[in-house]
Amino acid sequence: MKYLDEYRDEGLAQGIVAEIKRLVTKPWVLMEVCGGQTHSIVKYGIDRLLPEEIELVHGPGCPVCVTSLEMIDKALAIARRPDVIFCSFGDMLRVPGSETDLLILKSRGADVRVVYSPIDCLKIARANPDKKVVFFAIGFETTAPGNAMAVWQAHRQGIANFSVLVSHVLVPPAMASILQSPLNRVQGFLGPGHVCTVMGYREYEPIAARFRVPIVITGFEPIDILEGTLMTIRQLEAGKAEVENQYPRVVSRDGNRVAQDLVNKVFEVGDRKWRGVGSIPKSGYKLRYEMRAHDAERIFDVREIDTKEPEICISGLVLRGVKKPHDCPAFGTLCNPEHPLGATMVSAEGACAAYYAYGRHLQKPATPNSAAPALAKAS
Amino acid sequence: MCLAIPGKLTELSTDATGVRMGKANFGGIVKQVCLEYTPEVEMGDYVLVHVGFALSKVDEAEAARTYQALAQMQQLGELDTPDVPDAEPPLPEKAAA
Repeated sequence: MKYLDEYRDEGLAQGIVAEIKRLVTKPWVLMEVCGGQTHSIVKYGIDRLLPEEIELVHGPGCPVCVTSLEMIDKALAIARRPDVIFCSFGDMLRVPGSETDLLILKSRGADVRVVYSPIDCLKIARANPDKKVVFFAIGFETTAPGNAMAVWQAHRQGIANFSVLVSHVLVPPAMASILQSPLNRVQGFLGPGHVCTVMGYREYEPIAARFRVPIVITGFEPIDILEGTLMTIRQLEAGKAEVENQYPRVVSRDGNRVAQDLVNKVFEVGDRKWRGVGSIPKSGYKLRYEMRAHDAERIFDVREIDTKEPEICISGLVLRGVKKPHDCPAFGTLCNPEHPLGATMVSAEGACAAYYAYGRHLQKPATPNSAAPALAKAS
Repeated sequence: MCLAIPGKLTELSTDATGVRMGKANFGGIVKQVCLEYTPEVEMGDYVLVHVGFALSKVDEAEAARTYQALAQMQQLGELDTPDVPDAEPPLPEKAAA
C-alpha cells in the first residue's frame, strides 16, 4: 500500500504541477497516446489540474475503438457460421458492427467465447477437431506477441482448425498520420509506456526528429502522467524535440527482443484501416505468407463487405484528438455504455466511455482547466 | 488488454507441447501465463503480463504499485475470464539451482 500512497501523494502532484506552471509561457497541445493514460487522466482529473495553457487531447490508443467496422463485420460474418467457434477478448463483444454485435450473435446461439489469452484458443481447437476455431486477433503492440505465439504454435504443432482474423494496429504510424493531418493540433506526445515494454522506443526517434515533436514515453499512473507532461513541456519551452523515457522502471530502449523476433516471424507490416480514421499506410500487422493456413480472411471468404457507420458518431475525430467526447451531440444521450453508437463508448480505454464513467456528460464542456483544483481521489 | 497486469510466478512448467508455461498470482487470482518471452524469469519473480504472456520482469515494489493502480482504475476485469483447462497436465519444471 505504501507505494500507491506515494503515487497518490497530493504534495508530490502539486509540486509537479507548480513546476509545470513555472515553466509554461504559452499554450501547448499534448496528446496522450494510450487508452490507459486517457482513463487515468479522466478518472483523476489530471487535465483539470494543469495550467490553462496546456491542453491534453486523447489519442487513438484504444485497440477496441480503432478496429475497423469492416473487420467487426467480418468477425460477425464468421461467428455466425455453425461450423465456427469464434473466440475474442471480452472487450470486443459489445462493439457495434453495421447490423449487430458479437454478444447479440452469442445470445442467438452462435458459439462465441471470451478468452483471457489467445493461447487458450489452441486448447479449444484441440478439444473440438470438428469445428473451426477462429480468434479475433486485435490490438496494438502489447497483444501482438501473444497473438503471434498462438499462430506460431498452431503452425508448429499442425493445429489446422485454428485461424486468426488479424486486425493489428501499430502506434508509431498512427502518430505520424496524426502529425501529417491538416487538422493536427498536437505539439508533443506522452508515448505509450506498456506498448514500449514490448517494442522499446527506438522507432519513436525518427518521428520526433522528422516532425520536430517531443515524445516522452510515459506510464499510466497519475504521477507518471504529470511527470511525462512536465518533461514534454520542458522540451517544448526549450525548443527541443527528443524521445525521453519517463517510465524507465518498466521500459527500456530495446524492449523485449525475444517477443519482437517471434512477432516478426509470424507477422509483417501492412496497410491497415482504422475505425473513424481510414486507411493508414504500413500501420498494422498482417500474417506472413508462410502462416496463410491460419488466416481466417483467406479461409472464410469475407473480403467484400458493405459497412454502415451511424452518421451522428464523431468517434473518428475523437480518436484523432480533433474533438472531445462532449463535443458530440449524441454523447451521454443517444450514445451511452448501454447503447453505444461508436466503439469509443464501449471499451474502458475509449475516451467516450471514460468521460461517461466519470460523469463528464453531466458537466459543462468547453473550459477544461477551470474546475477541480486537486487531484481527484480514487473512489 | 492495453495495460499489463503484474503477477508473482508461483509455478513453472512445460506443457505437453513443449511450451514454457507457468502460473502467476494476480492479487489472489491464479492464472496460467506463457513464459516463452521471458526466459530469464524464475519462481517468485514478478512479471508484467499481457493477455496471458509475461513480457517483462519488474521488482516487487513496482508490481505492487502497478497492481493497485489498475485496481483503482477497475482495469483488472480480464482476470475474471477463466483459463481453458489443459487436456494433459503440464510437467513441472525443476526449480533453478
